[in-house]
Amino acid sequence: MSEREPMTAMQRVLTALSHQEPDRVPFFLLNALHGARALGLSIRDYFAAAETVVEGQVRMQARYGHDCLFGFFYAPVEVEAWGGEVVFVPDGPPNSGEPPIRKAEEIRALAPPRIDEHPCLTRVLAAIAGMKARVGDTVPIIGVVVSPFSVPVMQMGFEAYLQLLAADRTLFDRLMAVNEAFCVAWADAQLRAGATTICYFDPVSSPTIVPRDLYLETGYPVACRTLKQIKGPTATHFASGRCLSIVDDVALTGTGAVGVSADEDLAELKDTCRGRLTVIGNLNGIAMRRWDAAQAETAVKAAISAAGAGGGFVLSDNHGEIPWQVPETVLDAVAEAVRQWGRYPLAVSS
Amino acid sequence: MVLENENQQDIEADAAARAFEAALLRLDRLTATRLLTAPAGDGNGLQRIERLVLPALERIGQHWEQGGLALSQVYMSGRICEELVEQLLPAATSERGEGPLIALAVLEDHHLLGKRMVHAVMRAAGYAVRDYGRLDAAGLVARVVAEADVDLLMISTLMLASALRVAKVRELLAAAGRRLPIVVGGAPFRLDETLWQEVGATAMGRSASAAPAIIARLTGGAP
Ligand code: B12
Repeated sequence: MSEREPMTAMQRVLTALSHQEPDRVPFFLLNALHGARALGLSIRDYFAAAETVVEGQVRMQARYGHDCLFGFFYAPVEVEAWGGEVVFVPDGPPNSGEPPIRKAEEIRALAPPRIDEHPCLTRVLAAIAGMKARVGDTVPIIGVVVSPFSVPVMQMGFEAYLQLLAADRTLFDRLMAVNEAFCVAWADAQLRAGATTICYFDPVSSPTIVPRDLYLETGYPVACRTLKQIKGPTATHFASGRCLSIVDDVALTGTGAVGVSADEDLAELKDTCRGRLTVIGNLNGIAMRRWDAAQAETAVKAAISAAGAGGGFVLSDNHGEIPWQVPETVLDAVAEAVRQWGRYPLAVSS
Repeated sequence: MVLENENQQDIEADAAARAFEAALLRLDRLTATRLLTAPAGDGNGLQRIERLVLPALERIGQHWEQGGLALSQVYMSGRICEELVEQLLPAATSERGEGPLIALAVLEDHHLLGKRMVHAVMRAAGYAVRDYGRLDAAGLVARVVAEADVDLLMISTLMLASALRVAKVRELLAAAGRRLPIVVGGAPFRLDETLWQEVGATAMGRSASAAPAIIARLTGGAP
């Protein structure tokens, strides 16, 4: 049996992204929150300083040996910059509060926030820069943006946004123009700070939320324009929404990878994406909370066997963020199972 | 003979419900209105709701769960039904008579779409719903305890932490000696099939359109 050279996390991920088999299946534990527990801090205090987030991410990567650092704080950092409030809870991700856009007409006067004027954003940049200083080019650092098409749910509320989509495309186009300008600037700032890649969270484009014909008129052109302008590689994530029926479209937006749902068949997703998009997924993060070590192993094995062959696969949860309630012991078991079952050539390939 | 007639009626009712469903998905209010008020669709408002509106919405909800339809379509069809029932069959709620009084709340979250959709469907089904808006566990319990006429509580959540807080709502209600069925729904409950039981809820709806059938089952009423 040929032993392959051990790779750095960066080499492993880049090899998988180029649709080849690295030394083992790369895995991303996207645990934005668990660093707080590792450092004995409240979630609010943890996110109050860039240094604590850097320390949390580096410590967790050392513990689990997974293949990235996560530069993401929480989606509402963006809405805070747009003038909204962030609501902290002791046992979950910070959530957005009352939407800052109260009436659709306000969109006419909307201007994109300037990144350097908002500490909520510059803190994220400082954290990414701090991570880069610690790991250099050995471990990929993932930056995050919410897509111009999905962020209005937080900006104006979901119901008002669905009504805008149905009734006023002029105002919708204006909102997209402003959001695209911000999204590109925000992504590029993270890349300049040291992010290796940008994860473009776009669940509203998922067929779970809008039908494909509406996506083709709206979320799709927005993604094409935005991803083209971002000066670095991107991955599109549907945050556990479905995507199988739009994979052909997503592949044309310029993205390199896609975060997929546990609601769809992973082998079928892999077949559909093969050679075009790297598949990231799809452990059910909500169910993970109740797993024991054996269940973690079974789930990891099943995912690797469905999608691991040929590279083009990164094992991860299906949402892009592991819930606070998931115990560290489950993450240990996931990591152990990847080390055991993820080595190429795969022993479990279907 | 009688049996055949009934079968024939069933087939016609089913065809009408499917035509109504198709009209909703095309956002075709005109056809939906015609079907709902057609003389052939005899019976009182409530019967028309049960023959057309509820089967159509239920099927739309099921298609969404299976991945065949999008949430925006479920939302729009629920809203159209709510509007049509309010305009065309305003007496439906009173025809339901001494139906249960239902309180509906979002636990903690600022994102109210799930509750809005449940509200629309319940109104379209002719139920009386008291909208509590957004509350935390203590606030929700205080309100339910203060309002003795509420028969059943529906809770919508979006975040896992809020979904888990339903257990606290249940405990606080029990401590206050107030026992009533709790029906839950929202993304975390869809993604973890057993979560509703773990938090001590009475039932869980995977989509907003599942709500009327659950309520009917729990309260022993039609449909
Ligand atoms: C679109 C989406 C986003 C969008 C918009 C979210 C929003 N609404 O605010 C964006 C990109 C902004 C986003 C961001 C985040 N999201 Co998000 N998102 C989603 C997604 C894909 C859909 C959510 C949604 O709004 N659906 C529309 C509502 C109406 O659907 P619903 O709640 O399921 O309700 C339906 C049924 O469940 C039912 N129903 C609802 N209530 C009730 C009640 C009763 C009684 C009954 C019978 C039925 C019923 O009726 C509805 C229609 O049929 C879900 C995953 C998924 N697959 O659902 C994650 C999800 C909701 N997000 C999640 C999280 C964590 C977040 C973030 C906090 C991440 C972060 N750390 O920043 C942020 C913050 C969001 C915020 N609002 O501040 C988690 C929440 C669970 C958890 N892990 O705690 C989810 C479930 C993803 C996951 N798999 O874990 N998200």
